[in-house]
Formats: sequence, C-alpha cells, structure tokens
Amino acid sequence: MTDPQIAAEGIPRARPRPGTARTGGQAPRLDASRPPLLTRSSRRRLTGAALTAPALLVIAVFFLVPLVLMLWMSFNDWPMMGGHHFIGFANYSKAFQDGEFGASVWFTVKYTLITTPVLFLLGLGMALLVRGGRRGARFFQTVWFLPVVIGLAASSFLWLYLFQSDFGPASTLLGHLGLGKASTNWFADSWSALLIVIAMVTWKVVGLQMLLLLAGLRAIPADVEEAARIDGAGRWQTMRYVIMPLLRPTLALVLVFSVAGSLLAFDQFYVMTSGGPSNQTITAVFDIYRASFVKFQLGYGSALSTLLMLVLIVVSAVQMWLLRSSEETR
Amino acid sequence: MSTAPVAPVDPFAAGGSAGPAKPSSDRSSARRALPTAAWWAVCLCLAVIFLYPLYIMVVQSLKTPTEAAVAPPTFFPHHFSLHSFAALADSATGIQFTQSLVNSILVSVGATIATVVLSTLAGYGFAKLRFRGSNALFFVCLATFMIPFQAILTPLFLVLLKLHLVNSLWGLGAVYTTFQLPFGLFLMRNSFAAIPDEMEEAAQLDGCGVLRSLWRVMLPVAVPGVITTALLTFFACWNELFAAIVLITDQSKFTLPVSLTELASGNLGSIDWGLLQAGVAVTVVPCLIIYLLLQKYYVGGLLGGALK
Repeated sequence: MTDPQIAAEGIPRARPRPGTARTGGQAPRLDASRPPLLTRSSRRRLTGAALTAPALLVIAVFFLVPLVLMLWMSFNDWPMMGGHHFIGFANYSKAFQDGEFGASVWFTVKYTLITTPVLFLLGLGMALLVRGGRRGARFFQTVWFLPVVIGLAASSFLWLYLFQSDFGPASTLLGHLGLGKASTNWFADSWSALLIVIAMVTWKVVGLQMLLLLAGLRAIPADVEEAARIDGAGRWQTMRYVIMPLLRPTLALVLVFSVAGSLLAFDQFYVMTSGGPSNQTITAVFDIYRASFVKFQLGYGSALSTLLMLVLIVVSAVQMWLLRSSEETR
Repeated sequence: MSTAPVAPVDPFAAGGSAGPAKPSSDRSSARRALPTAAWWAVCLCLAVIFLYPLYIMVVQSLKTPTEAAVAPPTFFPHHFSLHSFAALADSATGIQFTQSLVNSILVSVGATIATVVLSTLAGYGFAKLRFRGSNALFFVCLATFMIPFQAILTPLFLVLLKLHLVNSLWGLGAVYTTFQLPFGLFLMRNSFAAIPDEMEEAAQLDGCGVLRSLWRVMLPVAVPGVITTALLTFFACWNELFAAIVLITDQSKFTLPVSLTELASGNLGSIDWGLLQAGVAVTVVPCLIIYLLLQKYYVGGLLGGALK
C-alpha cells in the first residue's frame, strides 16, 4: 500500500525538478533563496487531511456522537421531557422480559426466514433465465429491475390498494381465479397480511438479487463449466458442484442483503398493516419506533436499538467471515 | 464498475444476442435447458407480473373520482380524467401535496449535492493524498456501513434537538447526507484510486495545484463514479420514510412519502384511491424515468460498490 505512495512523492522531485525549475519562472528563485516552509509531501498530506475533514466532521457529529450517546442513554431512564437518571442495566433486563418486544423480534425473524429463501430462489431463477444473453434478455432484465428503484413506502401504498377488499384489483383477480373472495379483508389476518407484504417486497427487491447473482454468474469463467461438462457432469451436477461453490462470495452478499434488509423492516408494515391486526405484525424497528417516539421512553428505545445494532454487526461479521473463507478456498 | 454491462462470457451466450446463426450458436442452443418458446413464455409472464402493479397505478390515477371508487374496479379508465392530479395540486383538500413535492426535491437534491461534494473531496484525499491515520479513518467511515441508521435514530433525534434541527428540512438533509456518505466515500475513493498516479503527476508538473488537478484532471475521469453516487443518494433520499416521520412533524415540511401516509389516512374515514394512486405515481414516475435514462450508471455503480 505504501510503495506507490512513496514513489509518487519521490519520483517527480528526484527526476525532472531541475528542468522544470528553470522553465518555471518566479518560483525557483524563492526555492533557491530559502527552504520552503513545507515540503511538497507534507503539503500533500495536509491537503489530504483538509479534504477529508468536512466529511469526517459530518460523520462525527451525526453518527459517532449519536452512537456514543445511544450507549449512554441505554443505561438511563430518559423520558422525552424532564431529567434523566442512571439505572444501570435495568433497560436491558426489561427488554429481555418485555413480551411485546419479544413478539416483535420473533415476528421479524419469521419474516426474515420466509423472505430470504423466496428472494434468493426467485432471484437465482431469474438470473439463470437471462444469463444466456438470448435476444430479449436485456429487455426482461430491465423490466424486472424496474420496481427496485421505487421507494418501499410508495410500493407499499400501491400494494395496499391492490389488495383492498372489494376495491382492490388484485383481490378481484384472486376472486376470479377462485383463490379467495373479492370481499376478503386480507389485512385482517396476520398471516395473509404477512404474505401480501412478502409478495410486495419480493416484487420490489428481487430484481436487485437477480442483478447481483447475474454478475456473479458471469464472472465464472466459461471453461470451468465446459470442463465439468466434458467430464460428464449433468446440468444439475454442474450447478451443484461447480457453479455454486464458485458463486459463494456473491451468495454471501445476496444473503446478507436480504437478511439485513428484512431485520430492519419498517416502512412496509407501517404503511400496509400499521402493525395490525392487534399488533401481530410489529417488527423490531417498529417496536423501537413505538418505544422512543410514541411512548417517549428514549432510554428504553436506546437499549432496544443497541441490541438491534449488535445483531446487525454479527450479521456483517458473518458476511465477512463467509467472504474471507471463500477467498481462502480459491 | 464494469461488471454489469460487459458482454457475457459463458458458452450459452455465444449465439444469443449475436443474431444470425453461427455454428457454435446452433450447438449451444441445442443444449439449452429451455426451448426458445418456453423461455419467452416464462419471461413474458414474469414481465407481466412485474408491470401489472405499475399499470394499475397509472390507470387508477387517470380515472374519474366516481370510477376510482367503483367495486369491482374497472380494468382501464372508461373516462380519462386528470381530476386526481388536479386534486393533488389543490391545497384546499387540506393536504399540501405540492409543498411536499417541493420539499422532497429540495431535500433530495440538497443532500445529493452535499454527499457528492463531500465524498469527492474526501474520496480524493483518501485515495491520493494519504496522511498519517488516513487508512484508519477510512476504515471507520466504512464501519458505519455496519450500523443501520434505524438503530441510532433515537439519540440522533436528541442531537438534532440540541442543534435546533428537528422539524427542519436542513436537519433531514444533514441526516440523509450522513447516511449516504459512507457509500459515496467508498465509491469515490475507488474511482480515484483506479486512476494512475502518473496522470496526477503530469498535471502537477504542468503547474496544477492539488485542487486544480482534482478539478481539471481527476474529476473528469471519475465522472461515472460521481453520477453513480448522485443517483444512489437521490433515490435513497427521495424514497426515505422512517427518518422523515420521526424528524418532521410540521405538515408544511413533509416529504412525499410522509405526505402519502396523509393521503392514505383519508378524508372522514374514506380513502380516495384515485387520489392516493396519483400521489404514488408522482412519487414513483421520476425514479423510473431517471433509472431508464441513466441505467448504465445505476446498475454499474450498484455492482461496483457491492461486489468489490
């Protein structure tokens, strides 16, 4: 890492300096009369620090300060109004006994466990469909990817309408297909509500999974597959024993994307179910939102946030570990 | 960066898009798992499923109010009407949707500019002007990736309260900028690092200062990275709901996604679905247009950022 840097700083001064100095006009005389205040390399280092400072300042004020504050708040009883006081681990022990929080965590895990394989399998299927680059593949790729750029909130409102009882086009369609009555209120049951949310998320996100998997598939050299085929491997065997192992870094990435995204779910449930029926579709982030900004228990909300953060750090760490071990096996 | 648009390399691809049959394409098409007709059928079915909700959004927003409230719904508007869009623009309904649109544009464009400027400067610093501890600082910036902003919104609310930035579009913009910065930094640092040092040295030998060589020599080469950073930031800000709900309480400062929740809470208990879908369309269509125009940068940047 440091070698090119040294070279970058060393070469220009060592090599053409005399030549440029003579043609440079005013500057060389100053150089000759007294040593410059700063050498070129230290000036570059200072400039580097100055250029990065604004971004670092923003990150410090709006990210690192809140992060430290969150840890401190989680050990305090901290209402929105009035003073706060230190209560040690009370918020954490409360969190582990809080039935509502437990239910929201369980629901979030359930949602994640269903969403992740659905997204992965569909994304992989779609990637395999367009991988060959047949005529039309690029078009389909673009169309399938369209919902990815739409916001989660906007698509939630769209699907909320689709599945309204009586008024909703999709409900009517299900009625025609004999899969339910048009008058069914799909959001009145926590399972059907969950399934509709998952359908919406799949519609919105699967294009991204397809894209990532497609890029991973295309990075696999063609001759590897060819060799497997020559050795007599069938299509399924090639997939299972040749492509999948080579695809592991992409798999890790895709899985972490959907696991982290699902664990942080909020918009879709806030919009489509409002947590109902009877609080059965409240996710972890939704529960933190309620603790902090509905009940105004900021200390307790911070403790829950800290727990959520720890879980996501573990997820990221698992990703890194998966990526690293796949590099070693290469 | 180049992962997406490159030509496919696997043997299946040989004949696909290349047009008239070459000998190799005959062989590979014979080996294909799916015959062409079946492939088209599957892909078309999927395309219909993906386009169906968008079609519903458009037609529902173009119906007259009476037709929009019919059950069962009509499949296409029997009378085209821009009434829903006119009603959105009319603040007499009690929802300041036009104001929300302006707010969304202000916050998204503002945060995008801030993110691009900050991450360009810092990305250049991290890539080319290394100083003591710069690698460690860059690592700290990247580590913020791991911590979702949903987790730190509670303390962030207090920090913004202290700075008098709660219920302010400036505050919201600052929050958005902060949470888009790590990815922007990452993209821009990679863009600059990919430029050979000799280019910069040549510029400096010609008498350019550091900032001038950044502006005149380096930035033009790193333009794809800038566009990608801008696009990803804009989409993220335009569509963000959670922070906007928490940090903005004043209706005149709502952004589009929050305004949609107002539309959906309905007037006297009944929701105008035509109006709501018109609102959804106004939120969605700009994203679709921008994506279709700048697809190359969007897709390339996602892959470049995710896979490197």
